[in-house]
Amino acid sequence: MTVPEKDAAALLEMRGIVKEFPGVRALDGVDLDVRVGEVHCLLGQNGAGKSTLIKVLAGAHRPDEGEIWWEGEKVDLSSPTAAIKQGIATIYQELDLVDGLTVAENIYLGHELSRGGLLRASEARRKAQAILERLGHGEIRVGQEVGKLSPAGKQIVSMARALSRDARLIVMDEPSAVLDQEEVGNLFRVIAELTRDGVAVVYISHRLQEVKEIGDRVTVLKDGSTVSTGLDAKSTSTADLIHLMTGRSIEYVFPDRRPPAPGAPVVLEVDGLALDGTFHDVAFEVRAGQIVGLAGLVGAGRSEILETVYGARKASAGSVRVDGKRLRPGSVHTAVAAGIGLAPEERKSQGLLLDHAVYRNISVSSMTRFARAGFLGSKQERIAAAEITRSLDVRPAGVDQAVRTLSGGNQQKVVLARWLMRHCRVLLLDEPTRGVDVGARSEIYALVRSLADQGVAVVVVSSEVEEVLGLADQVLVVREGEIVHRGPAQEITEHQVLDLVMAGSAA
Amino acid sequence: MNSNSTPAQVSDPVGSKETPPQTSPEDNRRDHWALRLLTASSAGRNLGLVLAFGLLCLVGYATAPERFIDVDNFMTILRLASVIGVVSIGMTFVITGGGIDLSVGAILALSSVWATTLATQTLADDTHWIVMVSTALLVGAGCGLVNGLLVAYGKVVPFIATLAMLASARGLAEILSDRRTQIITAQGFADFFRADVVGVPVLVIMFALVAIAGWVLLNRTTFGRRTFAVGGNIEAARLAGINVHRHTVMLYVLVGVCCGIAAIMLMARTTTGSSTHGTLYELDAIAAVVIGGTLLSGGRGTIGGTVLGVLIFTTLSNVFTMNNLSISAQAVAKGVIIVIAVLLQQRFANRSSSP
Repeated sequence: MTVPEKDAAALLEMRGIVKEFPGVRALDGVDLDVRVGEVHCLLGQNGAGKSTLIKVLAGAHRPDEGEIWWEGEKVDLSSPTAAIKQGIATIYQELDLVDGLTVAENIYLGHELSRGGLLRASEARRKAQAILERLGHGEIRVGQEVGKLSPAGKQIVSMARALSRDARLIVMDEPSAVLDQEEVGNLFRVIAELTRDGVAVVYISHRLQEVKEIGDRVTVLKDGSTVSTGLDAKSTSTADLIHLMTGRSIEYVFPDRRPPAPGAPVVLEVDGLALDGTFHDVAFEVRAGQIVGLAGLVGAGRSEILETVYGARKASAGSVRVDGKRLRPGSVHTAVAAGIGLAPEERKSQGLLLDHAVYRNISVSSMTRFARAGFLGSKQERIAAAEITRSLDVRPAGVDQAVRTLSGGNQQKVVLARWLMRHCRVLLLDEPTRGVDVGARSEIYALVRSLADQGVAVVVVSSEVEEVLGLADQVLVVREGEIVHRGPAQEITEHQVLDLVMAGSAA
Repeated sequence: MNSNSTPAQVSDPVGSKETPPQTSPEDNRRDHWALRLLTASSAGRNLGLVLAFGLLCLVGYATAPERFIDVDNFMTILRLASVIGVVSIGMTFVITGGGIDLSVGAILALSSVWATTLATQTLADDTHWIVMVSTALLVGAGCGLVNGLLVAYGKVVPFIATLAMLASARGLAEILSDRRTQIITAQGFADFFRADVVGVPVLVIMFALVAIAGWVLLNRTTFGRRTFAVGGNIEAARLAGINVHRHTVMLYVLVGVCCGIAAIMLMARTTTGSSTHGTLYELDAIAAVVIGGTLLSGGRGTIGGTVLGVLIFTTLSNVFTMNNLSISAQAVAKGVIIVIAVLLQQRFANRSSSP
């Protein structure tokens, strides 16, 4: 990793940036300076203003006050085009790719290679291939439709797009969130190469050890303003960073395990479950009050197993039973009726009605309870929803605002509230803390455990081994669509799990 | 968040319990009654439409004071609005639910023809004219069922599925009627539907009843709530356990039944059944729904807006007719109104949905 010289040239300077939205002061005087060839980490809880700040940097939002200097000159990033022209490329968390276009077309979207108005498709494909290989992902076919790639694959394409523009500053918004360990390593190697060539990277992540590993300097945001800037990433302690972000000094707190009662009934039974080309022969059972964790690489089939149990995908073989009753394969409706709930991986596109009120998102799976002959009494519905949001400490507290306005952690709580209201027997959680800040994570862990203590059977899928080991009672390790290990969470270490999942992979 | 940084409480993992949730100024502002009324009531959301409607009435009054401000004229406007109005109520549901139905006019035609065939009318003569009414409703529901099944289970996009229905339903209506206008002979039918109740035509009462039923269904029932959910994010609705396929089928059956009701109304108004009934109604209905504030992409819709949209278009043609302006001039004005209404709504939507 490159260590920037003491007086490395300043590339970008933001001074006193203020951005207001109706009713919210999202940025309230943010300072940030980025030097040529450094990895500058941006830390802060959800809602601290990171997303707004990078949107200002990308030209998507115009600041109300403040100045932006680029290589010693004052600039006006009035539009995304203006930002791109300066050499700023942004890789958003919500990937901005066109699903129906191919990988190569996406990489050159907006700056297509052409001569006399005619596309030079083969050159674009060749160059796109070269960029992907540089990223260590030559296996992604440039002619493939982007919609068919996994989230990790899409992330790589997004990054390739930034590289194709010869960016001088690349902003990465939680790039590691959709990547597994091996791919994160790959990403870091690419970042190191980029910085060696003098490209600066603004890196946003919730994983503090990544910041230590790759970062040069750190800026911490809190409540829309800069708390501290230019901290040395290597020498500042994790505890100090967390303290700056939160005022608290805890990282993840996993709740105490209470072993399920010895006679606890088996609620969920999965037997010989298979989905052609993805996984086969998956069998496990979950007792009331038990948390089972699925660990494995992205693409190993973990999410697909959950979705098949839920009926969102139709199993090609095997059975799923709840309380001994076999479910009809491929029917979410019967799975929900039998008492299964899913908190999906893509919270925004699969889990929530973003423009609808919080209470409607909570009651959507149990509204018949508030209806008499089909007529809804929205008062009881609101009261019941408000009770649950209060017990989960969802902020802000009102249930009438659109879910879109909440932070990631609070949106996840709304999804959990939905199944809490439904009194579900089985809860399937796919990446429950993706995009959730440190403080809210502990709350979600505690919430999941308390649900289990109330007798819910829980299945958790997570890319973070630590999370699976900390939260689950029983751990299943999945590799290439197969369960390669099962056992109590206390009897296996993070290192062993990594060994299991990496063995046989391309590394 | 909380400014008093309490030391970590490891024993209480839900760490921030000790600070009671405070209502921020934002919440207070949100809770202000006037703002709530404005944002929540459809009257507030449709303020622009109400103004446009008022303006149109003013123009009518200014250009033809005696003839426009006249109870009979108002009843004429309402009677003309009622048929397309009922179709538009159905269309509001299907568009809010994320679909579209291009076949409404054709279904209306087929229903009217089927209900007035010699066989149906003979049967009605022997029993009761209610046979004609049921026939129209059943034909409408049946066509809607076919549309719904094609869209939900056949995975045909709504535009294409209902385009096919548009062509085939009207074709079938032409075959059934041999392209001849079928006169209604059942006197009881005409007597019932062409009557007035305390000066209000039965057709207008039917429109009002359908509109009220539609409002209740959309805003006060689980069916309506599911319609918003399916139209807003079909994947999230499916994963939340809503039977989205069945719901989609029901939406198309609903709009089909509305077409059946509209067919009965048009039969009463014209005392005929014809394969040319309802030509281009699909476009009028979509226009009324869209200027009424329903999102063409689904997830948001209002019955009040649709009713206002229908009234605006009908009043417009009334005013133009009174001033002896051509149908072509009406069409131009209609187009301009659609564009202005949608532009204004987008402005409004953008302002209210910033993060």
